[in-house]
Amino acid sequence: MYVRRSLTGLALLGLIAGCAPAQSGPAGAGGDEKTGTVRVWLFDEANRAPKEEAVKEAITEFKAAHSGVEIDVQWIPVEGRADKFSGAFNDPANAPDVAEFGNTDVASYVAAGAFSDLTADLQSWKEGADLLPTVLDTAKVNGKVYGLPWYTGIRALYYRTDVFTELGLKPPTSLSELTATARQIRAAKPDLYGISVGGKYTYAMLPFLWASGGDIAKQEGDKWTSALGTPEAKAGVQAYADLIKPDICPPEQCANLTGTQSVQAFSGGKAAMTIGGDFNHKAVEQGDVKGKYAVVPLPGTQPGSIAPAFAGGNLLGTFAASKKHGLALEFIELLGGAKYQEKMYTAMGNLPTLSSVQQKVATADPFLKPFVDTLKAGTKFVPSTPAWSKIDAQGVLPTAVQQVATGGQNVDTALSAATEQMNKAFG
Amino acid sequence: MSTQQLLPPAVAAPPAKPLRRRRRDGRAAVLYLAPAAILLAALLAYPIYQLVLISFFDYGQPQAAGTAPLVFIGFENYAQLLENATFWTVLAKTVGFAGACVIGSLFVGTSLAILATRVRSLPRMLLFLAALGAWATPAMAGSYVWLFLFDTDFGLVNEILVGIGFDGMAHHSWTYGTFSAFGLVAAEVIWCSFPFVMVTMYAGIQAIDTEVLEAASLDGASWFLIAKSVILPMLRPLLMIATIQSIIWDFKVFTQIYVMTNGGGVAGRNLVLNVYAYQQAFAGSEYGLGAAIGVVMTLLLLSITGLYVRSQRRSDAWL
Repeated sequence: MYVRRSLTGLALLGLIAGCAPAQSGPAGAGGDEKTGTVRVWLFDEANRAPKEEAVKEAITEFKAAHSGVEIDVQWIPVEGRADKFSGAFNDPANAPDVAEFGNTDVASYVAAGAFSDLTADLQSWKEGADLLPTVLDTAKVNGKVYGLPWYTGIRALYYRTDVFTELGLKPPTSLSELTATARQIRAAKPDLYGISVGGKYTYAMLPFLWASGGDIAKQEGDKWTSALGTPEAKAGVQAYADLIKPDICPPEQCANLTGTQSVQAFSGGKAAMTIGGDFNHKAVEQGDVKGKYAVVPLPGTQPGSIAPAFAGGNLLGTFAASKKHGLALEFIELLGGAKYQEKMYTAMGNLPTLSSVQQKVATADPFLKPFVDTLKAGTKFVPSTPAWSKIDAQGVLPTAVQQVATGGQNVDTALSAATEQMNKAFG
Repeated sequence: MSTQQLLPPAVAAPPAKPLRRRRRDGRAAVLYLAPAAILLAALLAYPIYQLVLISFFDYGQPQAAGTAPLVFIGFENYAQLLENATFWTVLAKTVGFAGACVIGSLFVGTSLAILATRVRSLPRMLLFLAALGAWATPAMAGSYVWLFLFDTDFGLVNEILVGIGFDGMAHHSWTYGTFSAFGLVAAEVIWCSFPFVMVTMYAGIQAIDTEVLEAASLDGASWFLIAKSVILPMLRPLLMIATIQSIIWDFKVFTQIYVMTNGGGVAGRNLVLNVYAYQQAFAGSEYGLGAAIGVVMTLLLLSITGLYVRSQRRSDAWL
């Protein structure tokens, strides 16, 4: 009797306690303290040591200019970033002051209200005018800038010079030529993939989609709708999926490859071509194919054209709830400034976002030419809406590509399912 | 029958004190139960309450961070889930996969437990060491070890198969086909979950009084009849625990599928419910939908185990 009564009481209490799920309070307005510790989150990377070295140098310089200021850097694994950032958004008191983040995540992070609007700050920054406009666009949500572009990632076509010479081939000048060349290589050398690309390598697929005249989604006013149902988009996805076939890159091995894995297959000597970024340079150099490869821009559908590349890259932002806004801003302006962009390029091979620095390093290093050419030919970006993070996490595009590649579904059915899923996410 | 005969005298106890006594018992019971009740309320009831609540809201990252208003949407998350064809496919695959894992680990575990009671102490010790090794291996490490063994290009299994004459197995991908991938993951899951069944069943078999078995064989029962009519009924409570544990574990498999099929296989054909929930809801910050999947899963598991327990209570005959 007592037990039951007290249990009912407890249950009632619980109900009265509140009928809404827990929410953390909105982030405070922040402050502008001039001393103390500035907490910084940077991405951990496979070969972090040189990056850490460059960052340490920047910290020493920063500390020399600001007495009573400490910089505490935490290295965030890229794969686990979603949890880390969600945690920071839910608990602003323990969030860092500065964070590095991918430009595809910016829209959803901004929707969570976490990052401060840097539009005015970057306009008054003396190096701000030097930022490449196309790159700066990837840091914008609804016309406002939420991050300082730290470096750009552009992908192009890596190919094996030894294999091409042996078979008397030339680097392809159009996408259809690329497919034919890849097929020819695998026929001659069954141990090699004609080109290593994967079903989960969305950023290699997108240039095919864009080059064919298609797009991921269209924006009308505030409303996004999927554009995957167009004949152009279908042609692009089909062209990419045709590479994941037994006569080029067998689906048994390639259907589930991610970008990193595709590049690994190339650097391990298992593929004659791959689509890789400027940021993959170091990894390929450390592989078996060192000295036996070259890079050209990924061609478009017309001979001699360049396919629009995905404008990937990372930004440096300051948290809205930061108690040290001024210091945080000064620190990202130092780290994202010309001096440290160049140092970061030397350390990691990251393509700078300041046009003067980019020009300087590109003239000094011919390896960068195809990437800079691709960048100049025009890049494209994923829809800048919070829904994109969801679409990305749900693997909508990889699933469609895999369905087409494995012959499970034809391109019409696969893309109409993807369209439906995307539109649901856009809301 | 015998209990009924015993009951009347107990009820006919002196009628003077029972009320006060029961009251004191009640108070003592509350005191004794309080620590467990508080723990359960804090660690189970409250989270479940929040889970159910969140499932009725449009609850994403902005809502969690408190920057967007909460919108009560009733059963919309559930409707969205239930009308999604993928959810049903994934659910069916999960049930099939978990069923195979449960049957597999019960069969392997029980067989090895019987084997353990019939061998001498050294081989038994080796068997237990091997089983405990598998048991102690973290799911993540175990999954990778199995992946390496079955790797397309460098895997030991393919190498051995080619070595003994199966040339077709060179560069065979074990994780590509839907069934092949599920089979491989199921084998890994069974490998790391049979030791629990084995240890439980072994303890159960050892606890059976040898006199009972001797009596049965003196009565002329065959070995098969002893196993069927004496040993198994005595093991039934333990077998039930092992089965329920296995159902719950195998229904909730996440790590093995996530790691071994690279997040759900080609085009998501190896998704199970937990990985699906993670991919659809949590990675995409759709916590409301994720909570709805969680609630559905909890209800499913409760009803499956509930039905199982009831069927075990009802059926008198074993097998």
